[in-house]
Amino acid sequence: MPNTSLLTVERLCFERDDCNVFEQIDLRVNAGDIVQIEGINGSGKTTLLRLLTTALQPTSGTISYSGQSIDLCRYQYLSDILYLGHQPAVKMTLTAAENLRWMTAGSSACPETALVAVGLAGYVDVPCYSLSAGQHRRVALARLLMTDALVWFLDEPFTAIDKQGVGFLENCMRDHVKRGGAIVLSSHQDLRLDGVRKYQLMPHTDQRGL
Amino acid sequence: MHGGFSAYLRRDLLLAYRRRGEAASPLIFFIMVSTLIPLGITPESGRLAEIAPGIIWVMALLATLLSTDGLFANDYQDGSLEQLLISPQLLAMPVLGKVTAHWMVTGLPLTLVSPLLGVMLSLPQEGYLPLLASLALGTACLSLIGAVGAALTVSLRRGGLLLSLLVMPLYMPVIIFGSATVQSAIDGFVWFGPLAILGAMLAAAVALCPLASAGALRLASIN
Repeated sequence: MPNTSLLTVERLCFERDDCNVFEQIDLRVNAGDIVQIEGINGSGKTTLLRLLTTALQPTSGTISYSGQSIDLCRYQYLSDILYLGHQPAVKMTLTAAENLRWMTAGSSACPETALVAVGLAGYVDVPCYSLSAGQHRRVALARLLMTDALVWFLDEPFTAIDKQGVGFLENCMRDHVKRGGAIVLSSHQDLRLDGVRKYQLMPHTDQRGL
Repeated sequence: MHGGFSAYLRRDLLLAYRRRGEAASPLIFFIMVSTLIPLGITPESGRLAEIAPGIIWVMALLATLLSTDGLFANDYQDGSLEQLLISPQLLAMPVLGKVTAHWMVTGLPLTLVSPLLGVMLSLPQEGYLPLLASLALGTACLSLIGAVGAALTVSLRRGGLLLSLLVMPLYMPVIIFGSATVQSAIDGFVWFGPLAILGAMLAAAVALCPLASAGALRLASIN
């Protein structure tokens, strides 16, 4: 079902400490879209993603999911999204498989298969404190293979990932949008994917104290 | 899944099991400090017996406080807390699961080992059962109240001292009725009264503290 508007953001504003981080953001995400949020450091990419995942509350403006405000369909919305933040949310004392099983509780997919697919074949039962930063990211990325979520929010997903990993992640994203999902990500890298829409976040000029 | 309660309970118990040394430190603190009392005050059993209920209760409180700091801090640092905040279930249930795990790792062992310290501090015989009962209820209260403080200070890098200042006043009624339970039993009075008040406090804390902690965690995520 192409061109069904999944996510609509209207006139979204966010203030922090009486200072506008950004104002009047309008964004539409349709099924099958990949939206790449671009902007210089500090322009509010992570903030925007956190607003979209309801981790932060906007100062004003609305976010609607399938035409309904997310405040009204919060449970449905949060069940249908997946967010990968800066921190991989990996527990150091658990093994890679335990971490993944925990993060994807309720999923029918097999965590071991997903870990092999992200290139952690020999590390399934290794405690995560002996894995590298890039491998931690890979454990978190394995969630993408196991989730039924419709909308993915990825904050700098390519951080600490090697070239093969980047290729794998791009394939993953391509498959997801083919199935009718949508992706909103922040990245400084140019993606080797077709049909990526870029959204430029403008640094806010009205700084405090002036 | 009970809205995430049992899942978080199991995970936190597993995490504590994997870091047994760290999880055991409140218990070791409790035993070590209590052994210092006869050395520092007097080994004379009559005088020790007088102060034993209060001493054991103060030590249990400090031992619990020592471990409350880390209740949400690890989840905050590695990003799991952020994932919890955007999960669809009601936030209070996972919080209650985490607090229950915290109590099972700190309060419950403290309660079970307290008769041993009773022997060391010459606690009169009639005080043992009330000590066990009051510590079981009381440490659960302490864990629940501590969770609110831990949630409020989770985004601060060195929130330990502030956490103590925040929760200490709320700990006071618990320690008053906790040691009163043991003291009234030793003095030959009916000890169910203070224990019932402890039970009432626990009931209130179970109902309110997870909600308050959940609210405080949402506040912390804004920064």
